[in-house]
Amino acid sequence: MTQTAEAPVAPPPRADERIGRKSPLARLLARPEAGAIAGAIVIYIFFFIIAPPFRNASSFSSVLYVTSTYGLMATPVALLMIGGEFDLSAGVAVTSSALCASLFSYEFTTNAWVGVLVALVLSLLIGFINGWLVVRTGIPSFLITLGMFFMLQGLNIALTQTITNQVSSPDISTLQGFNSAREVFSASWTIGGVNIRTSVVYWIVFVIIATWILLRTHIGNWIFSVGGNAPSARAVGVPVAKMKIGLFMAVGFMAWFTGMHTLFLFNTIQSGQGIGNEFVYIIAAVVGGCLLTGGYGSAVGAAIGALIFGMVNQGIVYAGWNPDWFQFFVGALLLGAILLNTYIRRRAEASI
Amino acid sequence: MSTPQDTPQPGRHRADGQDTATAGNGRGGVPLVKLIDAGKRYGAVIALHDINLEVGAREVTCVLGDNGAGKSTLIKIIAGLHQPSSGTYEVEGTPVSFSSPREALERGIATVYQDLAVVALMPVWRNFFLGNEVRKGPRMDIPAMKKMCKDELLAMGIDLRDVEQPIGTLSGGERQCVAISRAVHFGAKVLILDEPTAALGVKQSGVVLKYIIQARERGLGVIFITHNPHHAYPVGDRFLLLNRGASIGNYEKSQVTREELTGLMAGGAELEQLSHELEGAGGAAAEAAHEMEAEVSELGITSHPTTTTESDTRVRGPGE
Repeated sequence: MTQTAEAPVAPPPRADERIGRKSPLARLLARPEAGAIAGAIVIYIFFFIIAPPFRNASSFSSVLYVTSTYGLMATPVALLMIGGEFDLSAGVAVTSSALCASLFSYEFTTNAWVGVLVALVLSLLIGFINGWLVVRTGIPSFLITLGMFFMLQGLNIALTQTITNQVSSPDISTLQGFNSAREVFSASWTIGGVNIRTSVVYWIVFVIIATWILLRTHIGNWIFSVGGNAPSARAVGVPVAKMKIGLFMAVGFMAWFTGMHTLFLFNTIQSGQGIGNEFVYIIAAVVGGCLLTGGYGSAVGAAIGALIFGMVNQGIVYAGWNPDWFQFFVGALLLGAILLNTYIRRRAEASI
Repeated sequence: MSTPQDTPQPGRHRADGQDTATAGNGRGGVPLVKLIDAGKRYGAVIALHDINLEVGAREVTCVLGDNGAGKSTLIKIIAGLHQPSSGTYEVEGTPVSFSSPREALERGIATVYQDLAVVALMPVWRNFFLGNEVRKGPRMDIPAMKKMCKDELLAMGIDLRDVEQPIGTLSGGERQCVAISRAVHFGAKVLILDEPTAALGVKQSGVVLKYIIQARERGLGVIFITHNPHHAYPVGDRFLLLNRGASIGNYEKSQVTREELTGLMAGGAELEQLSHELEGAGGAAAEAAHEMEAEVSELGITSHPTTTTESDTRVRGPGE
């Protein structure tokens, strides 16, 4: 009697019957960037119908360009958000980096590349200070980087004014090394009548690298864990403080890269530039499915979020509307995306 | 009857000058983890003092105590999150001073925390390998990790639908078991379990207790922190009772019965005192007081056993 009862149960079949067949659509919807993809399609169709110039390949290339200028920064900002932190100083840090490079090489009449390297050190240092203060004090990064934001903004304007007596940096296009730096940071090619800037290529490359790091390396695993549950990550040996500081420095690195792109494209930088962009980066990341609380999100999502931003930015112009409406649309988009994301995520979780 | 101050408070009696029952523990071999007179102060607050604890291979040491007894401080010391402010911490016979949990992990001391064992939003397999990812060059060997995770869980008797699902979608017991099997998989020699059964139902607690025994059978030393003597007694080989940051008893299984353990944990005298208070309140409360008195006498703790048990039982030992 007992022996029959103890007879081994049939081994579970290879394909588990408890997993319902999930359609490819359901799988897609379960991804963090699902809402952003849906939003991007809707907005593309909307402007495609309403604004005839939007349909040209050349105007789409300018959409992509605008997208890339925001998307470059949105990528590390998304990683930082997945890691559970904010950086409100990201917008003005771009300007700080560009001002530093241009003022340094101009005032000391060095090769443009020297300024570029000095700016890189400064940008990484800003990121390090942000990160170090956050992990050291435990004060929310919102407050630390808000302080950094105002300090940098003040320095940008005051130092530029003191040094040059103007509100913008001097034109550095005559400096040695300027042309090669421009080739690296701000070149553009024309392919089939369509102008493509290097920043678009860089943006796509950085998004691929970030996605690869997030999903395929142990560093990515650690980024998710420090944002999802830092004490738990620490308990299994993840170096939480190093990870967070590293993420802030990644934002710093990209602020430098974006700053160099802007500087070598326009030769000069307005000292008051960049304010408000930090929100654009955060919006792109959130629209792309990053959770404000950390531990969830994707770099591809942030890229699509930036694309939505770029499409609206240019679409309004092509539709012949007053650009003053732009900010209203951005706000509405953010709200709509969050609602859609929440809805889709709940649906996706229910279908697990 | 309404003067509880009159009742002696034997539960508060501190077991000063306790010796450890270390020398002749009969199991032979150097204990994997051993604390000697360990204490911890946070500024002026004495969170823990003069704690002696040890666990060897194939042993389960249970740490019992009510909320605020100092259990979490004790875990943090053993796990390497904090350093003891006094006393010695030995691993396999050599004194150690860990500055991070990572160092403790490297010595084979793994901790499974009650509430922060896992990252809820991350898939099961990512949680399983968190901090110990299998690498293949710069990237992770994901197919291998998924397979190992699934197999290891199956070996522990957990048949998961899909290791890709967020671990937050598992039940509390399953999550604890994933965390335990993770520690076992990564070659832990000592497993510290922080209240693994606290938030679980009866059946799920049973499942977790089963894994504790399995871990012991696989040769691990287990430090099982709990406030439930009914969970501790069946699996434990050694019992350390804490109250207000001090040890109120350190027994081997042969030295103590389940009833005595329950009585010590319930704080017999405190229960008695509570029943007096309730009686004074009259009505329904008095009825509850009678129930409580009955339980107190059932547990054999009506007199003042705690004063004697903690010093005497140990001295008398098994050969009483």
